[in-house]
Amino acid sequence: MPANEFNGFTDYGIGIGLRVPHYRHILAEKPVVDWFEIISENFMVDDGRPLEVLDEILDQYRVVQHGVAIYFGSADNLDKTHLKKLKRLVRRTNTPWLSDHLCWGSVDGRYTHDLLPMPYTFAVAKHTAEKIKAARDYLEVPICVENVSSYAEYHASEMTEWEFLTEVVELADCGILLDVNNIYVSSKNHNFNPYDYLDNIPHHRVGQVHIAGHSKFEKYILDTHDNPVLDPVWKMYAHAMKSVGNTATLLEWDDRIPTFDEVHREALKANKFRHSFVATK
Amino acid sequence: MKRSKPTNSATHSSPPNSSVQSREDLRALQRTMASALFRPLDARWGMQKTWTDGRPTREVAAEFIKPNDRLNSFERLEIYNRQYWFRVLDCLHDDYPGLRAILGTKKFTQLATAYLAKYPSNSFTLRDLGERLEQFIREEPAWTSPHEPLASDMVQFEWAQTVAFDGPSKRPITADDILGKALDQLILGLQPYLSLLWLNYAVDDFLIAVKRREEDSLRGEASNAIHSAPRASSRRKPVRRPKKQQIFLAVHRYENQVYSKRLEPEEYQILAALARGDTVAVACETAVAQSPRTNFDWADSIKIWFDTWTTLGWFCLPQ
Repeated sequence: MPANEFNGFTDYGIGIGLRVPHYRHILAEKPVVDWFEIISENFMVDDGRPLEVLDEILDQYRVVQHGVAIYFGSADNLDKTHLKKLKRLVRRTNTPWLSDHLCWGSVDGRYTHDLLPMPYTFAVAKHTAEKIKAARDYLEVPICVENVSSYAEYHASEMTEWEFLTEVVELADCGILLDVNNIYVSSKNHNFNPYDYLDNIPHHRVGQVHIAGHSKFEKYILDTHDNPVLDPVWKMYAHAMKSVGNTATLLEWDDRIPTFDEVHREALKANKFRHSFVATK
Repeated sequence: MKRSKPTNSATHSSPPNSSVQSREDLRALQRTMASALFRPLDARWGMQKTWTDGRPTREVAAEFIKPNDRLNSFERLEIYNRQYWFRVLDCLHDDYPGLRAILGTKKFTQLATAYLAKYPSNSFTLRDLGERLEQFIREEPAWTSPHEPLASDMVQFEWAQTVAFDGPSKRPITADDILGKALDQLILGLQPYLSLLWLNYAVDDFLIAVKRREEDSLRGEASNAIHSAPRASSRRKPVRRPKKQQIFLAVHRYENQVYSKRLEPEEYQILAALARGDTVAVACETAVAQSPRTNFDWADSIKIWFDTWTTLGWFCLPQ
């Protein structure tokens, strides 16, 4: 929903990811952008240039933190050092909400640096929800969890991915960062109807939406974030907007990154679908 | 030292349960999957066909990964195995251009694979991926032979730049902090982001030449970082490896830009002594006593050195 408890009752529009190749342009030209999403881990450093850039951005823009390494779904406990650094950054950015992925990526203290799929069972949902609650209590900021794209499924799963997502967010009483592109990618890789996913999640918990491009291979689709959003994803986005409202939306473009203006233009295409929703409501 | 085939440092995991009803079940499944990801790829950049216990990997994958109508369990798991290695190798490829230039891309990739098989990442950030690379080169010199001393120098230099880029800093000292203190009582701390290096090769000049050459060859080319195999070496003539030459370097940052500064041997001795916790008087006296220089204006030089280091913000209060 546009403004809800899961995004700090904000009403943000279209944002883009803050990426290194655009730093110079943004700092020099100060383009009009509704908000920037930062990868938290890139700024969870002690000092130096990254924090200098961040402070300059914070002087001019609204910033929301998006993480890639809390790993709510790992069997390991939450990493206290990681959370401590994250909280320091939360205080610096004053992010109205914070997101990370519904996935795992480390075990026994060793990191894969990937967003790995989870087995969809009730026991795992309970464990994951407890970690989300513990992180939120410590960080003192609303949390939205993002559905990941995946290329494998486990025999152990007892439910669909959207049922698992629903179970986790209801147990944790947290928000959803709905990645429409990830749903599309996974639907092709696992043969399900992506609209079943969109229609069967708790829409009132959606605090933010992600859109991105992907790459098609002969037997599977990869979530590469290296090209414009494809038409089927825009159609899904339009459908999602009807259910969740004009929710804060962010375009992810992380590889083969074009000019700032090109990325921004692509992101602003989302307005077409958002505005049409307002007109028909 | 004989070079051994890279193996996985992980404890061999037992097959996961087909159902995951507890945190321990989840841990077992995640250990198995992580073991699969951390195993180096084969010569064709594919997943190894044989599991750690000698069984076909296909059989192990089928125990916990569902096939679909296009891919079997092995192929689905292989996507993650490949992505893991492409990601971490690409990270080291980008962070260690100097070491890569010394070894060549093929040998660098072999070294990086062996290193990560022995020391998988233990940090949430890829920034720390090369933290134990210098240690690994010392432990297994065969991977860099016959260039182990040069490779070791270069890795120290390149890691020092990572530390200088975003490492912690403390408030630089002011005149008020040390006012009235005698030199034989005065202890100065050094900034945590500052690295002092005593090297046997002029890796600083070499790295500048390597980066200049790479910038030229990459101009106009977009990066395809994460999902592709490590890039093949350029056909252009490589930069000539440096000859043996003792140098002393301080790798630091100033106004949030990373720099390296050549030091006189005595400068290095003084700063290294200060880093050990010696007083300013002891640090200077020891450096002067050990110097082979004669007819040298020590008082003037030491004053200039301290002025420079203070201007650069290297001194802070000791721990």
